[in-house]
Amino acid sequence: MGPLTPLRGDTGGQVMLAVVLLVAIAVPVLNLAVPDGNPWHVSTYTVTLLGKYLSYALLAVTVDLVWGYLGILSLGHGAFFALGGYAMGMYLMRQIGDRGVYGDPVLPDFMVFLNWKELPWFWHGFDMFWLAALMVVLLPGLLAFVFGWLAFRSRVTGVYLSIITQALTYALMLAFFRNEMGFGGNNGLTDFKDILGFNLQADSTRVALFLASALALAVGYIACRWIVTSRLGRVAVAIRDAEARTRFIGYRVDRVKLAIWTFSAMLAGVAGALYVPQVGIINPGEFAPLNSIELVVWVAVGGRATLYGAVVGAVLVNYGKTYFTGAFPEAWLFALGGLFVLVTLLLPRGIAGLFRLRLRRRTEAPAVREARA
Amino acid sequence: MSPASQSARDLMRRDRAFDFSSQQRAWLQFKESMRRDRQFDFMVNVKDLELDISHGPILYIEDLNVSFDGFKAIDHLNFYVDAGELRCVIGPNGAGKTTMMDIITGKTRPDSGSVYFGQKIDLLRLSEPEIAEIGIGRKFQKPTVFEHHTVFENLELAMAGDKRVFPTLFARLSGEQRERIDEVLGIIGLGEQAQREAGALSHGQKQWLEIGMLLMQNPLLLLVDEPVAGMTHQEMDRTAELLLSLQGKHSVVVVEHDMDFVRSIARRVTVLHQGTVLAEGSMEQVQNDPRVVEVYLGE
Amino acid sequence: MRHLRQPSFRLPPAPVRTAVRTGITALLILAMAAIGGTAWAQAGVDAGLDHDSGQGLAPVGAASSPRLGAGQGAARAEDGAPTTRADGVTIDAVVQPTAAEAEGLPAQPPVEQRPAAAQKAPAPPVQTAPTQPPSLETALPQLAERSFKVKEQAAQDVAASGDPRAADLLEALLGGKLYYRTDDKRIVLARRSGDGYTLTDALSGEDLGSAGRRDAKKIIINNRMRSRLRGDIAALTLASPDASVRLSAAKRMIDTKDAANIQALKTQFVVEENPQVRDAIGLGLAIAGLRADTPEERLAAVNDLKGSLYPEARNALDKLIRTEPDQTVLAAAQAARADIERRLENNRRLETLFFGLSLGSVLVLAAIGLAITFGVMGVINMAHGELIMLGAYTTYLVQLAMPNAIDYSLFVAIPAAFLVSGLFGVAIERGVIRFLYGRPLETLLATFGISLILQQFVRTTISAQNVVVENPSWMSGSLALNPALSLTYNRLYIFIFALLVFVALLLVLKRTALGLQVRAVSQNRAMARAMGVRSARVDALTFGLGAGIAGVAGVALSQLTNVGPNMGRAYIIDSFMVVVFGGVGNLWGTLVGGLTLGVANKFMEPSTGAVLAKILVLVFIILFIQWRPRGLFPQRGRAAEQ
Repeated sequence: MGPLTPLRGDTGGQVMLAVVLLVAIAVPVLNLAVPDGNPWHVSTYTVTLLGKYLSYALLAVTVDLVWGYLGILSLGHGAFFALGGYAMGMYLMRQIGDRGVYGDPVLPDFMVFLNWKELPWFWHGFDMFWLAALMVVLLPGLLAFVFGWLAFRSRVTGVYLSIITQALTYALMLAFFRNEMGFGGNNGLTDFKDILGFNLQADSTRVALFLASALALAVGYIACRWIVTSRLGRVAVAIRDAEARTRFIGYRVDRVKLAIWTFSAMLAGVAGALYVPQVGIINPGEFAPLNSIELVVWVAVGGRATLYGAVVGAVLVNYGKTYFTGAFPEAWLFALGGLFVLVTLLLPRGIAGLFRLRLRRRTEAPAVREARA
Repeated sequence: MSPASQSARDLMRRDRAFDFSSQQRAWLQFKESMRRDRQFDFMVNVKDLELDISHGPILYIEDLNVSFDGFKAIDHLNFYVDAGELRCVIGPNGAGKTTMMDIITGKTRPDSGSVYFGQKIDLLRLSEPEIAEIGIGRKFQKPTVFEHHTVFENLELAMAGDKRVFPTLFARLSGEQRERIDEVLGIIGLGEQAQREAGALSHGQKQWLEIGMLLMQNPLLLLVDEPVAGMTHQEMDRTAELLLSLQGKHSVVVVEHDMDFVRSIARRVTVLHQGTVLAEGSMEQVQNDPRVVEVYLGE
Repeated sequence: MRHLRQPSFRLPPAPVRTAVRTGITALLILAMAAIGGTAWAQAGVDAGLDHDSGQGLAPVGAASSPRLGAGQGAARAEDGAPTTRADGVTIDAVVQPTAAEAEGLPAQPPVEQRPAAAQKAPAPPVQTAPTQPPSLETALPQLAERSFKVKEQAAQDVAASGDPRAADLLEALLGGKLYYRTDDKRIVLARRSGDGYTLTDALSGEDLGSAGRRDAKKIIINNRMRSRLRGDIAALTLASPDASVRLSAAKRMIDTKDAANIQALKTQFVVEENPQVRDAIGLGLAIAGLRADTPEERLAAVNDLKGSLYPEARNALDKLIRTEPDQTVLAAAQAARADIERRLENNRRLETLFFGLSLGSVLVLAAIGLAITFGVMGVINMAHGELIMLGAYTTYLVQLAMPNAIDYSLFVAIPAAFLVSGLFGVAIERGVIRFLYGRPLETLLATFGISLILQQFVRTTISAQNVVVENPSWMSGSLALNPALSLTYNRLYIFIFALLVFVALLLVLKRTALGLQVRAVSQNRAMARAMGVRSARVDALTFGLGAGIAGVAGVALSQLTNVGPNMGRAYIIDSFMVVVFGGVGNLWGTLVGGLTLGVANKFMEPSTGAVLAKILVLVFIILFIQWRPRGLFPQRGRAAEQ
């Protein structure tokens, strides 16, 4: 069983990954090797924008994993994304060192500003990349584990679960807005200088971050795909469709949910960690419930329970957002709102649904059915 | 409409609320939040539980009581099933048949009474998956199969084996297991449909699939709720054959409304009425019992 | 599957209902009892004392009774030697001969004589010698003189005139509204208009038209006059027939050191019948008594102050504690001080409770419409907050349409908002939601989309900024239960309004044909249909009802918070929390849940701060749901299981 085995039968995913691969090769070349004036040149701005889309795409995949396959509509996945982002942001803050406005060798600027004398305990060690990288997955994972352990054990499901996930991210947003939390309050963490010693403003660093995002997306996608094609994935779908029945044939539903949910949150943390150095800031706004709901729409637009649909949806909706907020800022909320309504009413299976329908009609022959067995 | 699936926690809470002071109620709620089935799962190791059927019965239900909204669904019920027996349970609507099954499988918690699997295993202490794991399988009144999975996958999921998270993640089908699935496919007559999505099956086929899933679980005790609802006569006959073939190896409890079907399979019949056993015996004995005639057969 | 929907509302079991009722009654009794064991609440309500803050309490023309006029003139005369003058007045550095001399009375009468002088006072004006009180008409023009001496005399003459307009005029003088015309020295009331003034005659109220900036001059007063004026006005108003005027006068004189004022207090104390006013006067006298020479008198004063909730009493006691040489008095003062502190603490708790209930009533209002759509129909309406917002904007538009009748605008706005939001609700149901029944998560997304559209719609058509919604006059001000506890009317009314809406909704669901149909459809759609219920119509009407209530909530909220395109978002999470906490499909749950959360929030705020309190409430609910996944009053039965 090779690393690409989970992609067998996943035409959409294969196409999507091929496109990502293509872009991952072409964009760095067009940015670094093609000179500035050339019409083929891709600006660093675009590279960063694409990198941002890719980290969003990974986030959307994590949402699809729990929504599409486990039936948990999380309205709080933005919280895991933001936590991963904060962990990375803390590392980047510590990297600033004495180059901050106040020039304190240890304390980040906002702490000096708040007149703090020493680093809070939870900031220690974040000057080490490996620890920060570990925290990127551990913090969201821990939160998801505790939250999920409580929720799934008590059989909180459906709408109730959605609403308390929303309350979770809302509570975190309020908490992170507080200066006393020690994460920069309102302003969050920003003014980053470099990562692993490389200047964050340099083109090559930007390209490297973009490539890292593409790689994370590909690996994350295949990992999720591996889960959903395993028997555990089939159990997940069974839970989604008939939870009580799954329990009666002997599966510990709460544990299955907890495992996949926690994994999804960890991956969302990775997406956040890739997002932060590219956009250069992380603030409590990332916890806003609107963000979390918006990313559910990416998945809905792309088509839930397909994984690759989430990627397509994330990139398309965000491209639309970039375009609209530039061209018709007034219209963006109309467009987004309309998208919510239209997709749920007319396109319940999203873009991937259209695609899959056509594909199935063409290929659902006995031979294929044999192969799937 | 019987409120059978009502959560027993709510029931206990409310019923007691009438006669306890608020302090006691708070204590009860506290105790309830510490309920056994909510405890850390590692504290109950189901594997260590040993089924003891040396006295004959595999299922002991004694002095069981449940009420919903003041309505006694189960009223001082005593009910025993011998190992290897095929037992039919009949009774008018609201007699407590489904509620009894809910209690055995851990879905509903009783107000009082005891339910033992063999002589040693207290079922009231176990959660639904644990009850499934120790060898009690159930077919629901309304067929519930996993509609987005193929028939094959439905059977695969139901298959007995290690159902913990990580073993499930890495599980691969062995040749032996595949054969077992094929065998069951043959038994339930769905070999042709193996790769169809279960949601596309007819009602009768879903009933069969669910029975097949029960077989895959290889349980010691099968609880079968209305297995022939929506079946044609031919299908019914095959179902009867199938259930009869199970006795001996498995203990089977069948709840059914269809008298012809019951007559065709039953050795012993239990008549439930108003949550308690009205009569028990062979079909003939039961049919001739005047009380049964009055409440049920005579209608 | 239709039966995914939650079934109808039902009353909680009888014990719960009784508990709720008992709780509310107990609360009321508690409130009454804690108000200090005085007859405050009762008296306050009886006397119809609407205000206590002193603002807006300008004594009305007819208020000052002439019966004390003469006596006050006399009494004032006695404080001829203002030894207490420590206000740094420089102009009048010389001790002035006052009205006392003018009237031929001893400048410094012995203390014992004062009551005698005061005793004469209540004599009705008819019996007073007509020549004795200086007439207002002669005294007033003197104010135009330059000399402060003359002006002060004139002011006192005005006060002594016994004329009903005196208090008003002195008030105007104190407030800098009294002018004189430069050409004829006529005393006028001036109001700035454009470059000059609009003048009215101070005595006759005759309109004198406008005048240039130089045509009128303000009558300047000094600090000494100012403090005197305050005392004079207080004394004049202390005799007013209007209890609320007397009360505010008494309050102003509570820590007076002015012997004349004290005398006025004593005089009034004898005849005062209103317990509240009597209390305030007694307090003033007691504070004065703290300065007495003998420990016995001071001890008596301390005992009088026991239990008083006025801040002045506390300050006076504090001062006494610092300086008191006598141990007995000191101990009594300390005990009294502790007693006051305890009572204040109780009042603070009551106030927090009130704030909590007020917040809770807002939550209930916001959540109750959601409880219908979520509870009865199983529909997750994320646009609920925006329907509230539409209600608030309807209030705004109604006020724009009737700018001259703001006081009545809410009575128009309530039905209007109900209709506007209700129609939007029906449109949303018919246009979107009916295609999504049985798919709650999809409904959630679609209605969220609608909420974005509605927000942007308001931003585009009205404004992205907050708009100003005015409070009708009857909504402002506060109800003073005692000196330490007053409840603002807007919060009080909104609390009552929330209860009314709740009861109305309960009646609609329990007593009307629509309510019956709603419950039928939500329990068993197929059966209801078979019985001839038009379920589509019932759905639309139910949703419209929930949305309409949101609109009505918006009217109430417009009186408390900012009205802007984003206001809905602030309430949606809170509303869901209330519904989920209380138990879906149970109106009583919503009521109890909302009030509980509101009170809990407010009680945590002092120690944690507002934000942390909110976070803690959210965390509490998240944990609570784990413990009781179906809320405080869970739905039961098969349908609830799924």
